[in-house]
Amino acid sequence: MQAFEYSNPASLKEATALLAASWGEADVLAGGTDLISLMKDSLHTPKRVVNIKSIHELGGIVRTAAGLRIGATVTMDELARNAEVRAGYPALADAAAGIPSPQIRHMGTVGGDLCQRPRCWYYRQGFGLLAMKEGKSLVTGGENQYHAIFGGGPAYFVSASSLGPALIALEAKVRLLSAKGARVIPAIEFFVTPQDESTREIALRPDEILTEILVLAAATHSATYEVRQKEALDWPLAAASVAIKMKGPVVGSARIVLGHVAPTPWEATAAGEWLAGKNITVETAEAAGKAAVEGAQPLSHNTYKVTLAKTAVKRALLAAAKVRA
Amino acid sequence: MANTPDYSWPPMEARKVIGQSPKRLDGPAKASGRARYSSDLNPKDLLFGVYLTCPHAHARVTSVDTSAAEKIQGVTAVHVVSPAGTEIQWQGTEVAAVAAVTEEIARDAVGAIKVVYEVLPHLVKEEDVAQAGARAKAAGEILKGDPAAAFQQAAVVSEGHYGIPVITHCCLEPHGQTIQWQGDSVWAWPSTQDVTHYAGQLGQNLKVPAANVKVKMDYIGGGFGSKFSPDSWGEVCARLSQKSGGRPVRLFLDRATEQRIAGNRPSAYADIKIGGGKDGTITAWESHSWATGGFTGGGSPPLPYILDDSNHPIPNKRLVHTAISTNTGPFRAWRAPNNQQAAYLTCSAVEDFAAKAGLDPLGVFKLNLQYAPKVRQDLYGYQFDKAAELSEWKKLWKLRGQSAGPVKRGLGLGFSAWGGGGHTSQCNVTLHADGSVQVDIGTQDLGTGTRTIITQVAAETLGLPMAAIKLTIGSNDLPPDNASGGSTTVGGVSASTRKAAVNALAKLFDAAAPALGATADQLEAANGQIRVKGSPSKSLTWTAACKKIGAAGKIAETGINDQRNPSRELISSGTGGVQVADVSVDIETGIVKINRYVAVQDCGLIINPRLAESQVYGAVIMGISTALFERRFMDAATGAMLNADMEFYKLAGIGDIGEIKVYMDIRPENDKRGVIGLGEPPAIAICAAVGNAVANAIGVRVPHIPMTPDHVLDALEGRNA
Repeated sequence: MQAFEYSNPASLKEATALLAASWGEADVLAGGTDLISLMKDSLHTPKRVVNIKSIHELGGIVRTAAGLRIGATVTMDELARNAEVRAGYPALADAAAGIPSPQIRHMGTVGGDLCQRPRCWYYRQGFGLLAMKEGKSLVTGGENQYHAIFGGGPAYFVSASSLGPALIALEAKVRLLSAKGARVIPAIEFFVTPQDESTREIALRPDEILTEILVLAAATHSATYEVRQKEALDWPLAAASVAIKMKGPVVGSARIVLGHVAPTPWEATAAGEWLAGKNITVETAEAAGKAAVEGAQPLSHNTYKVTLAKTAVKRALLAAAKVRA
Repeated sequence: MANTPDYSWPPMEARKVIGQSPKRLDGPAKASGRARYSSDLNPKDLLFGVYLTCPHAHARVTSVDTSAAEKIQGVTAVHVVSPAGTEIQWQGTEVAAVAAVTEEIARDAVGAIKVVYEVLPHLVKEEDVAQAGARAKAAGEILKGDPAAAFQQAAVVSEGHYGIPVITHCCLEPHGQTIQWQGDSVWAWPSTQDVTHYAGQLGQNLKVPAANVKVKMDYIGGGFGSKFSPDSWGEVCARLSQKSGGRPVRLFLDRATEQRIAGNRPSAYADIKIGGGKDGTITAWESHSWATGGFTGGGSPPLPYILDDSNHPIPNKRLVHTAISTNTGPFRAWRAPNNQQAAYLTCSAVEDFAAKAGLDPLGVFKLNLQYAPKVRQDLYGYQFDKAAELSEWKKLWKLRGQSAGPVKRGLGLGFSAWGGGGHTSQCNVTLHADGSVQVDIGTQDLGTGTRTIITQVAAETLGLPMAAIKLTIGSNDLPPDNASGGSTTVGGVSASTRKAAVNALAKLFDAAAPALGATADQLEAANGQIRVKGSPSKSLTWTAACKKIGAAGKIAETGINDQRNPSRELISSGTGGVQVADVSVDIETGIVKINRYVAVQDCGLIINPRLAESQVYGAVIMGISTALFERRFMDAATGAMLNADMEFYKLAGIGDIGEIKVYMDIRPENDKRGVIGLGEPPAIAICAAVGNAVANAIGVRVPHIPMTPDHVLDALEGRNA
């Protein structure tokens, strides 16, 4: 691991002043569950590490008139256990509780979940975010069992975020702060598909800190369903978060967002629209699952993920509507 | 010649300590963290060794420039392992090594070494034999009878493709050692399965007399067949110490390098055709198999497994095997080498044959035991029935694909055979005049319970409680034992310990006999006493008897088991086991869960049933991990192992295992065969049983282990072309 300067600011003002205008200068440290391994593997070699865990205002889950404000350094465990989150936003609580590592749940933070780097093994072994060699993608011709089935490149890694799909389904916003000021953007705009090696998979700028997440007042039924082979210490193969606003006995509107199937959380807009006006039954949930994977472009070894995504949508919808399969 | 002492074991009903289940003696030390593994040791002035390894699968080293590394403050030694001109045949090959006062400095120094490679073409994948080109070498053809005619006449013919991948050992303690080379003496603290022979091998590499090499190891964090020799890192570690003025150096592989170069289990793929009668009798076998174990090609699993006795084999068969040389790390023995592969390929093909015939595979396996070795046919017959009973086979087994709903349940069978005869071993038993008892043997305890069973044998023989025995193992100053491999340790050490203790006791009887007014041959040791057989009131306490030891102050006796002429009254070889997997498969996710796993296993006379069961539990857990999760991912374009970590090289957690039912086949007819090794046999049949259970559940064969969602859904959705 390369030597670095460690700073431990007590305020956001101090913290933002320590960040730089370009990537590679400074990295923000919260739970450290991803950053430390990135640094050990020399994938990140920051000159400065800015610890934000001492900044009090980044913690806590607070109810506001508009909904919930979730601080960036809230741990996944705090989020999963929070009574308001569990009651009003099961998709979010499911997503946090589903992280199958007690260590990551207790150390990992909400902000870190959104900002973590992809788990793509080509990226992690130093072949680059897009994993290109001599103008060709290593992923499409290689071992792509855990890679994207949507998006069509040039990036084929999958977004590692567990919370991203749920936050998008719930129409949450994220607040980003730099020394120049704050901006608030919809969660769906936070995730981007990089087109080249120099860009990131998130909209955060190098001089910004993700400070909080804002979730609207709950008016939805929601759920997250993750498909993961091992009981513990394993990454999901696919996931779906759904949020449904009911209109009497039928669906008024639904948002369906897939996880771990594309470089960003992947909203299945058409499937959500198709559900409007329908009851949630095993049949409609299954049909929505099928609609959600339409247009999937699986790679040589990951067609199975299409089935997983379809199943995740179906099961998330049934869970949100509390229909037994 | 004097009468040969009777070394044989006491009759089953007369045993006091053997056959009991004391907990393992080193359990508390290991569970509490007090046990110090070689990689935990922190001697004074310790230096840290780190390797620089090759990122390419095939390359020639053009130049190695260590000058910048040598200048870094805190670096004490730099050693080039692969100088310019070296042709490297797999990723992770050691190129250079550095010793420094901290691990961080050593890593920085490794990063400062500049190596130029000429990258050469590589082959790292072998699933498709057609892609191997010139790297595929014919490795033998066997023809018997007239298979072509037999298949024509067969009422039932089944064909299938099956594959079991390369997996890595994943020892939690990686390969390595701490070594101090000072003057003409070398002290080594390795992680090894062979304490006795380590000094000789390391000494030869270093050109130091074995007599000058002291080896000590108290605990090892996993070996599974991959830690028999000092390896190149033993020599490199010693040279780093020597170049660092004789300070001790710790050099253990990091996880990625461990996964890449420190051993793996070869793969095996096969197209198998079976022909036979409507009743399930197999009459013809044809297999085309291929495998890789790295650059040298690798093993050839014995097919058909077990059903191939030389005197009465399947009458018509043709076997063709191809060895594929790949630019991947070299294979090493993996807990019953070649046997998991052979069991998987054979049991899968037999199950498919039974399914094609519309028969219960339990009956088909039993019927075809006619091709198994005569001496074990009855044993297997009994074990198949016992496993069926414990798995509720009659109630739960259904024809393929009959399970309803999205979660399908299925049952599958596998069976195994192993040798497990005792290795050459010497034990010294010393009885001191104060009554204390010392047992010395240069063996190692791989976590199997070797300490505990040696102590049980000594205590049983001397009529003492286990707490009265002071056992020392794990050093080359002790009487020579042998490598713990091939499930040979329990036979070796139990025989040598029994003989040494009997010999020592005979001397004690000589010393105590006059005081008891009896002759030595009238005495026995029991309940902490030396007493006259049939007159228990005529006795001395153990301590009082030991006071009669003469001027020498102690009795020191030796017992030897010679592998070439083993102690047949105490040990033998040849075990069998039958296992049943009961699984549920979610056909919407391809996820396989183990409901229950039944393992029926014999291993002759069982010294400690608890530890024997533990061995089987451990083997089944490890086997389920291989059946459901483990595989090495090699990247064709870069030649890299993509999951050389504990993140995407997936290992089962305890929540993935399900219920395990172990049944040790303890019967007088097995007991009379003496002690037989158990480390490997229960690890053999798990992929076979799980794969068969999945096929039974979902109605189609999933050809390739592990039973992951991609493999299961590819089979269900017809993507196995």
